[in-house]
Amino acid sequence: MRCFIGIDLGSTTTKAVVIDAQQNVVGRGITNSRSNYDTAAQIAKQEALVNTRFHLFREALAKSGALNGSLEDFLAQLERDFRLEQFLVQLSDLETTSIRNTEGSRFGDASKAVASALTEIFKRLTTEAPELFAPGAKRKSDFFRDIAGSRYLAIGDEVAKQGGVRYDMLCNVFDRSIIEVENRVYGDAISANLLAALDRTFVAMPETASRGDAVREPIKSVLDTALEETYTVGTGYGRARLPFSKEHIRSEILCHGLGAHMMHPGTATVLDIGGQDTKAIQVDKHGIVESFQMNDRCAAGCGRYLGYIADEMNMGLHELGPLAMKSTKKIRINSTCTVFAGAELRDRLSLGDKREDIMAGLHRAIILRAMSILARSGGIRNEFTFTGGVAKNEAAVKALKDLVRENYGELTLNINPESIFTGALGGATFAYRAVVEEGKTVEAR
Amino acid sequence: MSTPIQMMPSQPSKKPAPKVQKEDAMWLQKEMINANYHELATAHERGKKVSATFVPGNLNELVMCFDFARSLPETNALQNGMRKKSGKMIMDAERDGQSEDVCTYVKADLGMMLGGEIGPTGEKLPTPDLLLLSYTGCFTFMKWFELVRQKYNCETVMLHTPYQGDGKISQSMRDYVVKQLKESVIPTLERVSGVKFDIDRLRQYMKESARAEDDLVKVLQSAKNRPSPIDGYFGAVYYIGPMFTAFRGTPEATQYYDVLRKEIDARVRDKKGPITPEGELTEEKYRLVVEGPPNWTSFRDFWKMFADEGAVVVASTYAKVGGVYDLGFRHDPDHPLESLAEYCLGCYTNMNFPQRIDMICRYIEEYEADGLLINSIKSCNSFSAGQLLMLREVEKRTGKPAAFIESDLVDPRYFSAANIKNRLESYFQMIKQKRSVAGAAVAAH
Repeated sequence: MRCFIGIDLGSTTTKAVVIDAQQNVVGRGITNSRSNYDTAAQIAKQEALVNTRFHLFREALAKSGALNGSLEDFLAQLERDFRLEQFLVQLSDLETTSIRNTEGSRFGDASKAVASALTEIFKRLTTEAPELFAPGAKRKSDFFRDIAGSRYLAIGDEVAKQGGVRYDMLCNVFDRSIIEVENRVYGDAISANLLAALDRTFVAMPETASRGDAVREPIKSVLDTALEETYTVGTGYGRARLPFSKEHIRSEILCHGLGAHMMHPGTATVLDIGGQDTKAIQVDKHGIVESFQMNDRCAAGCGRYLGYIADEMNMGLHELGPLAMKSTKKIRINSTCTVFAGAELRDRLSLGDKREDIMAGLHRAIILRAMSILARSGGIRNEFTFTGGVAKNEAAVKALKDLVRENYGELTLNINPESIFTGALGGATFAYRAVVEEGKTVEAR
Repeated sequence: MSTPIQMMPSQPSKKPAPKVQKEDAMWLQKEMINANYHELATAHERGKKVSATFVPGNLNELVMCFDFARSLPETNALQNGMRKKSGKMIMDAERDGQSEDVCTYVKADLGMMLGGEIGPTGEKLPTPDLLLLSYTGCFTFMKWFELVRQKYNCETVMLHTPYQGDGKISQSMRDYVVKQLKESVIPTLERVSGVKFDIDRLRQYMKESARAEDDLVKVLQSAKNRPSPIDGYFGAVYYIGPMFTAFRGTPEATQYYDVLRKEIDARVRDKKGPITPEGELTEEKYRLVVEGPPNWTSFRDFWKMFADEGAVVVASTYAKVGGVYDLGFRHDPDHPLESLAEYCLGCYTNMNFPQRIDMICRYIEEYEADGLLINSIKSCNSFSAGQLLMLREVEKRTGKPAAFIESDLVDPRYFSAANIKNRLESYFQMIKQKRSVAGAAVAAH
């Protein structure tokens, strides 16, 4: 099957989108950018291709009718089981790596104790892993580093206390090992993980096991279908790291403009708030960029601002929006400097203001910055599409809606649930056009 | 105005004999600039007085009539910027009490004073005997010389140039400037120098000026060719050097422009592109008009961002800050004082918004440019104000895409290479995309 792939190498996350020869989105993948764009790009792409497989499973199983009535539940379970398998493979790698990293003279006499503490930690981590991927389980993040890290530190603390091992030594091992592990790509394990996951799913959903062969067959045939990476277009800050020629690179402005147009064809103005950039883009009715403005000199008011605030509040990034939504009182927070906003936050807390009200003020501050960049780009026109990681944040969306209404009146605001993939979708569309419309072939760097 | 030698990779490290050949004009220019610094450094021991004055509206021909050695503080600052010396100077000035938002030319100059007036070439520059403040469009000029006067307690004379608020030069404006020349400027120059004013000497210098100005205009307008043989922004910085500084009116300048014009004529005949720091530009992909000065501290990197993408600046407003000769003005030996008045009044910095917009639109049309790029200067409040309005108006009138970036003159801290490159590449791709869409539309009809 021909796959047209777009990869958006952002400062915080790296996203990939796969479209097929009919320009349907068939797969999406996302991973944290780490400090290694090469790995991030590979993993995001791999995730998107896995997601493509799931898409094809759905199609194949729907066609065969083997799971009539329980297809969605089955696929959801399969995906959780697959994530669990993937997690376990990485966890086992992390264990091996960690134990190896205790060797040598670093921990002196404590080496042995650290190693046996690690064995205990990983035993517990492995035992509790299925809970992390159970239906309805809440995770702060979907990235291995975050899930494994938070549980490792929690369990490590208990184990350290019980076993008389220094906690900082355990942290040290983790910090060292996680970088190695998250920079490995487990491409070969995908089919094996999927098949192992399938067995788990049959156990979890015994009623489907009776139809085992009818289910297994289409899945196997999808797994046997080669996903041809026909053409890839990269965008975002890490784009120069892609192993392709300049022809395969597009600016994120163009990709976001086109991606927004593909998602919502009536788009005239696009606002994208990413990790370190805020972009206001005006596009014509074909998704061609007419003008754009970006934040200059300073990235206050971008996604990282929220990341910083989350750290200051000791919260997960995804928890900020829901907290802010509980606000009942308007509080004004400056948006000119991220670090100052942190100071203001502490000041407000010490004055007794409620966390949710402060959070709402912070979200409004971000959007106020965006409003000024939008004004610079020529204002907001109908329809208005909001994209980027921050568009997933309901409090930011609420602040935007309010400010747009106050300044521009009622207009259509599009927020796609998959908006974080806008740039990658634009890239994938460019990849499609390069091959199908311009007859281009892959050029290596 | 600059040091072309470091910028020409093909140049041998030894100076070639001054024969007329490809880069001769640039060699000549460097020699002239260095000679002027030496002349300044030795002026007092040779019994010469020293004047300091600003580039826009500088009265070089008049000042020469009184045998002054001529120093131009902005040029000193930019030379120090290009030679990577301005960063420390600016920090020294800040330590001395200048705020972060003050014009960085001013701070580089004050920092140079604090460091013992060691000039760009390493020779100690003299204390000026006279500050000639030709006040054209920049309010900061006045404050700048106020600070210098405070420090050195030197004689100051001001030539007040009325702003072209209505977009035209009236007879009374001309008379007002001439009156100041007669009643205040010339008598002060006579008194400080001890030299009697000789109007015939002024006429003679002006004859030289007009000849050189003719050649400069031809050189700048050569960019109307395809490919353009010059870069009308980065390259033009070299070409305007002698004209805008201490040389206009001298036979050396006339000779320089003669050599330069011949050299450029030859490049036009050979259909050659401009010489950039990275060598000759062989494929002209984008033709741009630029508003705003370049960044001096990362001049070469900045230029490379254009050259790497095949972008040539065909016209810039910056190449007109010391005189808009291409719009027809010439120093006129038959009406010397009136012509000096006309010159000061007509400077680019003294033009109002509609005039600046008209000029840019005209450039886009006459030079067949793909669009407008504004490099807005962070620390220049008087000149950067209104640039976004200009951008939008130009976009509207020409239908050509425009883009906006921000950097600074000589403060290395305000040049964020990754961000500027990102925006520039986006802009170039936007032009390309629009062009291919327009091409497809034409083909479809």
